[in-house]
Amino acid sequence: MMDFLTNDLLQLSDSAIRFATPLLLACLAGLYSERAGIFDIGLEGKMLVAAFAAGAFSALAGMSVDDGGWNMGGAAVWVGLLAAIIASIIMAMIHAFASITLRGNQLISGVAINFFAAGITVLIGQYWFKMGGQTPQLHEGQRFEPIILPFAKSLQDVPVLGPVYHDLISGHNIIVYLSFVIVALTWLILYRTRFGLRMRAVGENPGAVDTAGISVVKLRYSALIITGILCGLAGAYLSLGTAAAGFGKDMTSGRGFIALAALIFAKWKPIPAMWATLLFGMLEAVGSKYQTLDLGFMVLPGQFMQALPYILTVVILAGFVGKAIPPKAGGEPYVKER
Amino acid sequence: MNKNLPKWVDLGLIPLLTLFLAFAVSGLVVMSIGQNPIEVVRVMIQGAFNPFGIGHTLYFTTNFIFTGLAVAVAFHARLFNIGGEGQAGIAGVGVTLIMLSVDWPHWTVALVAGTVAAMAFGAAWAAIPAYLQAKRGSHIVITTIMFNLIATAVVGYLLVGPLQAEGSLPESPKFPDGAALPTLHDILGVVGIEFDRFAPVNISFFLALIAALLVWILIWKTRLGYEMRAFGHSERAAVYAGISPMKITMVAMLISGALSGMMAVNTVQGEAERLVLGAVEGAGFIGIAVALMGRSHPVGVLLAAFLFGILTQGGAELQFALGIPAQMITVIQALIIMFTGSLENMVRIPLEKIFLNTGKRGQA
Repeated sequence: MMDFLTNDLLQLSDSAIRFATPLLLACLAGLYSERAGIFDIGLEGKMLVAAFAAGAFSALAGMSVDDGGWNMGGAAVWVGLLAAIIASIIMAMIHAFASITLRGNQLISGVAINFFAAGITVLIGQYWFKMGGQTPQLHEGQRFEPIILPFAKSLQDVPVLGPVYHDLISGHNIIVYLSFVIVALTWLILYRTRFGLRMRAVGENPGAVDTAGISVVKLRYSALIITGILCGLAGAYLSLGTAAAGFGKDMTSGRGFIALAALIFAKWKPIPAMWATLLFGMLEAVGSKYQTLDLGFMVLPGQFMQALPYILTVVILAGFVGKAIPPKAGGEPYVKER
Repeated sequence: MNKNLPKWVDLGLIPLLTLFLAFAVSGLVVMSIGQNPIEVVRVMIQGAFNPFGIGHTLYFTTNFIFTGLAVAVAFHARLFNIGGEGQAGIAGVGVTLIMLSVDWPHWTVALVAGTVAAMAFGAAWAAIPAYLQAKRGSHIVITTIMFNLIATAVVGYLLVGPLQAEGSLPESPKFPDGAALPTLHDILGVVGIEFDRFAPVNISFFLALIAALLVWILIWKTRLGYEMRAFGHSERAAVYAGISPMKITMVAMLISGALSGMMAVNTVQGEAERLVLGAVEGAGFIGIAVALMGRSHPVGVLLAAFLFGILTQGGAELQFALGIPAQMITVIQALIIMFTGSLENMVRIPLEKIFLNTGKRGQA
């Protein structure tokens, strides 16, 4: 039992954090968008485009000039990250233009962005790298490396806290730590700044915000730029910060939708969003550690373990874990009164 | 707002202009991957209409008529069913189960049984998201997407487990010979017309045309269709008029799921004659583009489905002749959804200005 606690549980929690990171970033991305009154089912597509841009540009930046690259050494990974954020913002702005300026259907826009991402990443990837839509394997300097926190090694032998610090808290890459910082930052922005107050108001009652002389359009565009940045980070994490070390086609595999479910589960609040995505991360960790699960009376097949996060998403959406009330103006285009 | 626009603008000019924009941007995408758009169009048209291609084009068209009608029916009740992919996948399981259970004496019986099974399984897979939307308020878009992913896992499990044929391939045993549906070659042969013997298009094509007619009758000629449209127009007004949201949501989604499911008759029973992995191949998603482009009208759906049939078969040819990945079609599909769906106002607003300002000035 002690062995299970120290080894298995620690290892599971550690991979839960890794699996949760892209979900958390995407979930926070969705939070900004939906709090400002814009439905965004295109999180998946934005992440996918970002993951591709990150993988492709980091690979190019790190390749030698002879191979057609830019020979940028250790800076390559940052080029990848920047490319991811830019690509994701562009997609977010298409969504913003469709939903805010043109007052189009936000669900349809999101669906279109998801398909566009699924197609364009493979098309361009194949054209650039001729690897069936994949990007080249990333090496040192082209991806985010684990950061060993101070004293992790020397404190390792301290009972309980030592292994927790060494195995669980230390040894993640910068995006993992950044994502938890962003949780705190989002809380601050949302509840302690004027921008946050206005953003929440614009998702509940845009008319009132407009009457106060504040531009609904500008607020919503700003929120969607933040959504773009965060999806960019989430996508970059997938190709630069995981064992994949490169982009693979459809590598987001539904994470954008799971993030949305987590957002609803978290009732559109940043701190609960963190717990919700950690829960999904744990589920994914269990699914990948135990390919099949023997319950004694029956054995759950691997496919069931794969589908588990999706099943949980449905259960959460069905409101069996508490009623969720979305921002009131969500999905409705705002038409200025004349 | 749009009731002031002339009908030919609303139903003719706007769809054509948005489609033109979608194709123009697709052309830019083609150029960005180092290909010549004119050459691409030539290869696609040639690939879709040559004597060997047309049978495939119509086969794909059949799939898209079913999935397009499915999305269209749900749209009328303002429900966005993205679950066609999963509904068709599970329907394939239904078709397989029934086909393998009996040694079918004649294809007519097998066709009826296959159709019923496909509709029942497709509808059942749509029923849960519909119920959750109607009763628990969970977002149907996300639940149907989740059900697509769950369906993939279910089919994957069945094909390496209970339904797997002997051997190592993830596929079911072949259906008995009596279950085989007549192909277009067989049908046209009766009246003495030559048609490609190997083309996969089969009698399901006519089933799709009948389905389109029935959907037209349902939506515009029945009380139920009227209630669905009323509900789609304004839920509150519909409730006030005594229409039950629960009933409409369930019925619309069950019909929608059944229609998606019917594509399994074409693919699983008509073509493969066994269940294979990935039998739906994105047709469920293409149904969204088809319904949007076809303005949720059966005639529009037929035309749009044919266009996507051409694109799909032509796209396969692109891969063969020019080495362009099949994802080209996904991009075109996305752009069509974008321009005819969410960016439609880009065309509509300027046109409204033109037509309404010349008609009368100073609208509210």
